[in-house]
Amino acid sequence: MERSLFARQPSVLVFIGLLALFTIVITILSEGFGLGIVSTSFIKILGKTLCLCLIAIAMDLVWGYCGILSLGHFAFFGLGGYMIGMWLMYERTKDIVIASLSGGELPATPEEITEAIGTQIFGVVGGAEIPVVWYFADSLFAQLLLVVLVPGLLALVFGWLAFRSRVTGVYLSILTQAMTLALSLYLFQNDSGLRGNNGLSGLQNIPGLTEVSQSVVSAWFFLASALALGLGYLVAAWVVSGKFGNVIRAIRDDEARIRFMGYPVEAYKLVVFTLTAVIAAIAGALYYPQAGIINPAEIAPIASIYLAVWVAIGGRGRLYGAVIGAATVSLLSSWFTGGQAPSIPLGFYTIDWVDWWQVLLGLGFVLVTLFAPKGIGGLFDRLVRKDAAS
Amino acid sequence: MLRIIFLLLAALLAFAPANAQDADLNALLETYRTKIEKPSRTTIGPVLDALVESQLPGVAVFLEKWREKELWQRKSDGRFFLVEKADGGKLMLIDVATGEQAGLAEKNDLDNLKPNSGVRGVIAGALVQFQLSDPDPERRLQALTALERAPDASHLSILRAAIDSEPDPAIKARKERLQRLLTIQFGSDQARRVAAIESFAGDPGVDARAALNPLLATSIKVFDTAPEGVNVARLLTPGSDIDAEAAYQLLVDAGKARPIVPLADRKQALIDNIENGMVAGTPVAELVSQSARDRAYLALAANGTVPPLVTREEQRQAVADHVFAEVYAEPDPVLTTAARETLANISGTVGFYQFLDLALDGLSLASIYFLAAIGLAITFGVMGVINMAHGEFIMIGAYTGYVVQQFIPNYTVSIIVALPLAFAVAFLAGVALERLVIRYLAHRPLETLLATFGVSIALQQIAKNIFGTQARPLTSPSWLDGAWVLNDVVSISYIRIAIFVLALAFLGLLLFVLNKTRLGLEVRAVTQNPRMASSMGINPDRINMLTFGLGSGIAGIAGVAIGLFAKVTSELGSGYIVQSFMTVVVGGVGNIWGTLAGAGMIGSLQKLIEFFNPSNTLAAQTYMIIFIIIFIQFRPKGIIALKGRAAGD
Repeated sequence: MERSLFARQPSVLVFIGLLALFTIVITILSEGFGLGIVSTSFIKILGKTLCLCLIAIAMDLVWGYCGILSLGHFAFFGLGGYMIGMWLMYERTKDIVIASLSGGELPATPEEITEAIGTQIFGVVGGAEIPVVWYFADSLFAQLLLVVLVPGLLALVFGWLAFRSRVTGVYLSILTQAMTLALSLYLFQNDSGLRGNNGLSGLQNIPGLTEVSQSVVSAWFFLASALALGLGYLVAAWVVSGKFGNVIRAIRDDEARIRFMGYPVEAYKLVVFTLTAVIAAIAGALYYPQAGIINPAEIAPIASIYLAVWVAIGGRGRLYGAVIGAATVSLLSSWFTGGQAPSIPLGFYTIDWVDWWQVLLGLGFVLVTLFAPKGIGGLFDRLVRKDAAS
Repeated sequence: MLRIIFLLLAALLAFAPANAQDADLNALLETYRTKIEKPSRTTIGPVLDALVESQLPGVAVFLEKWREKELWQRKSDGRFFLVEKADGGKLMLIDVATGEQAGLAEKNDLDNLKPNSGVRGVIAGALVQFQLSDPDPERRLQALTALERAPDASHLSILRAAIDSEPDPAIKARKERLQRLLTIQFGSDQARRVAAIESFAGDPGVDARAALNPLLATSIKVFDTAPEGVNVARLLTPGSDIDAEAAYQLLVDAGKARPIVPLADRKQALIDNIENGMVAGTPVAELVSQSARDRAYLALAANGTVPPLVTREEQRQAVADHVFAEVYAEPDPVLTTAARETLANISGTVGFYQFLDLALDGLSLASIYFLAAIGLAITFGVMGVINMAHGEFIMIGAYTGYVVQQFIPNYTVSIIVALPLAFAVAFLAGVALERLVIRYLAHRPLETLLATFGVSIALQQIAKNIFGTQARPLTSPSWLDGAWVLNDVVSISYIRIAIFVLALAFLGLLLFVLNKTRLGLEVRAVTQNPRMASSMGINPDRINMLTFGLGSGIAGIAGVAIGLFAKVTSELGSGYIVQSFMTVVVGGVGNIWGTLAGAGMIGSLQKLIEFFNPSNTLAAQTYMIIFIIIFIQFRPKGIIALKGRAAGD
């Protein structure tokens, strides 16, 4: 008899419970809803971290379970951010433009409004025309659909090309990295239609909610991110727990053998690759309204490699490992680089963590790879097993 | 002919002793005394013309001294003199016309004439004809250069006169060429101009195109009927050759049609005619679309309060009633035809040279990629190890070069020292990485990738902490400055040639090491089958270490080479890492020739894309990467794929 997901994977229940508890506590403590102990900026950091945890789950699914070391998932994350950012920026600019034009002696015509929006948004890259890619920008529904469609299609086409020609292992990693680089270089151009290296900005202001304070908006986004993370975790756990999960794990361990057994390996890989790309895009669409700005530098190949680092440190092949890794490393990273970490005076030299955190991260990463290939999640496993044994 | 003799005489006599009739020059100067005393750019022309026309000897010397601010004027009678320093602080006067000494004078009795730079420029122009026949070839060349820079119709006859007497064949050829260029621009004889135009067929020089293009300058003109009496380049069909709106605007400009009231003016007219919240009977609040506004405007126009709109139909009719044509500014069709044909011919030649230039550019970029990637090809291809820190070894090499230059100020010596030192430093770093990290990750390529990435970010940050974020210079020796120039189209800088040579040298060196030495034999053995190799007495550990060191060391040398033309920063290497991986993957792993092919393909491809889209190198890189992704679809193992057992995964 088929047992339920939670019976097969008790850790899912634990994780969802902890996440719910964490979310409720933070919400009560937040400025927007309750006691105001947790500041709005910290809520934003937590909300963003939850989104990073979500993309880490996607990464774990594609790398830890299916063995595809993709160095391109941050490209999907960024694309998701761009898609939602277009709506946010367009609608907000439209509100501003209509407000400023309403002071004129004649009521504004649609043409005048469009022209003013174009100048407002694209003046910075020397344009006034609204590019074709912004065609749906005034429709939230369409842009939400694009959040899923654009990265999903990109992943589908790219994955189909790559898997079809049996590009595997490190070759695939390099190829995904090349894709990311190509995308970020393309977006860096001023005539890409997405404002070149200026990126999209002012995304923290939600159109139509101008009277609502940022503390409330940030709390809502925090809740949405937590919900998305919970759902994403459930989906991922469901995917890996069934027969599908067994097949993709088997592909990871011995691709040729699975192919000989008659499984369409490419199709499985393509499904996982595309599904994780969509999850990454949704994470990005939640992340960037909290960050407030997106530019092509966010998509640079290095970001995707950091993503792999988080998952590796957290522990591959364990969904909670990915979450732990992403949360720990990204929070530590913002703590160290934010200048809050105390400097260590050595007498002849003072270790300033703003400068040395990267070195610590890099070397720590080497050490984790060498000595703890299962990451922090592996330590957890060992503890749990000891408990079970005693 | 007579004129030539005169000019020759003038040039000769300018340096020869005096002659009786020369007294005239002083008289001539006397005529223009006030203008010479207070010269200005606008008034100096006639004076110079008169002087040159007079054909008098001594004029050249006079003009030259004047230009060099060495002309003096005696206060008592206003005569002009050249001077020489004499004893007792006095000046020895020298007659302008005869060149003879004319007695001593006190400095206070004389004025030194110092024309401003504008005037001096005009004088220099007049001097050209004397300089073109100067006995000193250096000065003739200077005069030619001056002429090339600022050609003028008046120079043509002077130049023609100065050709036959030219003894130096190289200068003569240059004079001849300039003469033809000037003939094209300023000549009066049609046959001669056509001959001059046609003589430039196949000439890639920029000056030839600069002389020919003005002949083909066109402007769009409007005619009521078929154009006559003008040199028509082509007739334009409104709507396809020329925008219908632009065509109407031309009609308006020519006064053949009523101007269109611009949108902004129409809006202003509506605003001006608001009465009690209404415009011509329409409430202001209803004017929310352009068509509503147009209706309101038409209503106003019907009242006669504003100028009427030009309807689309009217515009279309007006455009259809006229003929539009591109008309050459040059009235002679024979000339324009010759110029057009010659330019077409030239563009063929220029296209060939551009291709050559492009090929050189591609070759140079390819050699840079080759240098950056060959080390990676060795570690990746031979050991199957992805080294993400490879770019940082390039950076280490570049910084080694920078540090060496801090200690050795002579750039030539410092580069010679830096190359082996960069190899040594990067070699040691590579060996350390292999011993400390990669050795433990054998057969786990993805983990190796991530671990070396950790090393990469640590190294980058350490470099940033030591050297700061600002770019450090790595200066090339002065003999590498400049460029090798074939003609106006093809040129390549010496640094790039040097890098090309360096890449060739390393290609040869590596081929030698891998194919002809004991180490190479062992490396190949370990590549193909490490266990078999080790049972034959080869120590795979040692070989792996040396191979990794070798690959890293070459990256160090590549760093010095790249640092010579790029700024040395901590991000220097990471900019090349993806391209290097691409080079290796496209070329085919485990094969030096493959890397060469990959570098050649990527380098020339990138230059080719840049050629078609020169303003945008970012787009070029994007397209190139997309191309590579597609390329790998068709040849997943690269251009040169290993076959048989060596290819075993």
